[in-house]
Amino acid sequence: MTLKKKSLIKKIKNFTINFGPQHPAAHGVLRLILELKGEVVQRAEPHIGLLHRGTEKLIEYKNYVQALPYFDRLDYVSMMAQEHSYCLAIEKLFNSKIPKRAQYIRVLFAEITRILNHLLAVGCHAMDVGAMTPFLWAFEEREKLMEFYERISGARMHAAYFRPGGVHLDLPKGLLADIYIFIEQFNLRLIEIEDMLTENRIWKQRLVDIGVVSSSDACDWGFSGVMLRGSGIDWDLRKSQPYEIYNELSFQVPVGLNGDCYDRYLIRVFEMRESIKIIEQCLNNIPSGPIKSNDNKLTPPSRYEMKQSMESLIHHFKTYTQSFIVPANETYVGTEAPKGEFGVYLVSNGTNRPYRCKIKAPGFSHLQALDHMSKGHMIADVVTIIGTQDIVFGEVDR
Amino acid sequence: MLQKLIIVENLKNISKICPIKKIQFYNSQITVIVQTRDILNILLFFKNNFLCQFKILSCVSGVDYPKSLYRFAIVYDLLSIRFNTRLTVKIFTYELSSIFSATTIYSASGWFEAEIWDMFGIFFKNHINLKRILTDYGFQGYPLRKDFPLSGFIEMRYNETQKRVISESIELTQEYRTFNFLSPWEN
Repeated sequence: MTLKKKSLIKKIKNFTINFGPQHPAAHGVLRLILELKGEVVQRAEPHIGLLHRGTEKLIEYKNYVQALPYFDRLDYVSMMAQEHSYCLAIEKLFNSKIPKRAQYIRVLFAEITRILNHLLAVGCHAMDVGAMTPFLWAFEEREKLMEFYERISGARMHAAYFRPGGVHLDLPKGLLADIYIFIEQFNLRLIEIEDMLTENRIWKQRLVDIGVVSSSDACDWGFSGVMLRGSGIDWDLRKSQPYEIYNELSFQVPVGLNGDCYDRYLIRVFEMRESIKIIEQCLNNIPSGPIKSNDNKLTPPSRYEMKQSMESLIHHFKTYTQSFIVPANETYVGTEAPKGEFGVYLVSNGTNRPYRCKIKAPGFSHLQALDHMSKGHMIADVVTIIGTQDIVFGEVDR
Repeated sequence: MLQKLIIVENLKNISKICPIKKIQFYNSQITVIVQTRDILNILLFFKNNFLCQFKILSCVSGVDYPKSLYRFAIVYDLLSIRFNTRLTVKIFTYELSSIFSATTIYSASGWFEAEIWDMFGIFFKNHINLKRILTDYGFQGYPLRKDFPLSGFIEMRYNETQKRVISESIELTQEYRTFNFLSPWEN
């Protein structure tokens, strides 16, 4: 009798599945090992590193000027925000200031980059959850923004436009007017996207109360940016540790209440509105003047000067062959990139190449907490949580 | 400036009760160098002290100085939202010693420490999941050490006859060249 009973009791084991690395909702090359009990996630273990390119090692073998374009290729949807951290780190080591116009241009394009990133974040998130249309609208707008990138740098994405000591070239004629035309119509597009999502029953069912992070957990896991603000912590590096001209601009920082995916979605949309405000202020107040500092040990001379004076020619040649020599020191600079705090820990040793350049990517800390966020949720919610974390593998894997 | 003075006073007091080796200032950046064995206590102190409250660990990075006695520096970047300050805590270690993992204090340090293990080969005691996080499954060597060549030791390619990806030792048609010489008339 006992024997019979024993054979009747089935051994139940948790079901383990492999999610990715080739999965449209994995946002690139995320491999997740999901341990499931029925449809409920018991454990989610991300395997990363499938896009590891050794950026930090490569940077050690390049000089400071050559290392800059690697930053575009980290998080390939918020390119200039990362150049920004790197340029600020070098400027901090040099202890140099950049001209007002360059600061305005930097902020202008940092905010364009923020819109660029959030459009992708919201659009792709909506598509992961099942709404196709906002994605198409968002990409149409992204195309317009990437045209602005192209007009200043010649490249649609990997601009390499921010340089240590300023920006590479002055703005082309008519660009500011076109950006104004863009922001005027962009608010309408945002309203359309919000019409589709914000009060949408399906969207709310999939997002509200999913992936709730308490404020203490958000701190413990080292969250930053939207993920931190979603959990109700009022922290934005543009406000609290202002760099460039952010302290002269008026904008608001949205903070979430519940720390769920829906709050983070609302924050992203709100931040796009604030970015428009910032862009408008930049357009109105941008001064004329030089676009890079006149320290010839840091920035190359203009084309005109280079053709006129021998000394400038030498400086030009030196910048583009040997690059500049950064005094020995080390610094950590973090800026508010669209995804969170993008930090560069730069160690220089008095030569023309960085001794060590550690890149702190916000997505790295966020993805680490995926297990914590998705525990106890359904398997379909894992996709929502990956979407809300706004993971891009270029920066996570570096 | 006033805030800086407060920080300095605060640190002076802290150094009386905490075993701090050295405090460095540059611009507004504060670096605290401590003994390797004290690191957990120091981090716990800075996290929970009422006048510090460095609740967020933003980054842990490793630096390799092959010439010095203690070869590796491990740098913890802390952030206090309450007081809007950053603090850098630094320790030094070498290949054969291991350090305590900070995962019990900051959960965020888990992957950062795994990355340092992966890249520098520094072992962290009591770490829950110390794996090769960024490099390939079965990778050997520690890529961010200064004595690891940029080109690495192995290369992968698809083998048509075996119908799979194979790894073999790297063959360079031209040796990797570094142009790291500085101009002799400067400095």
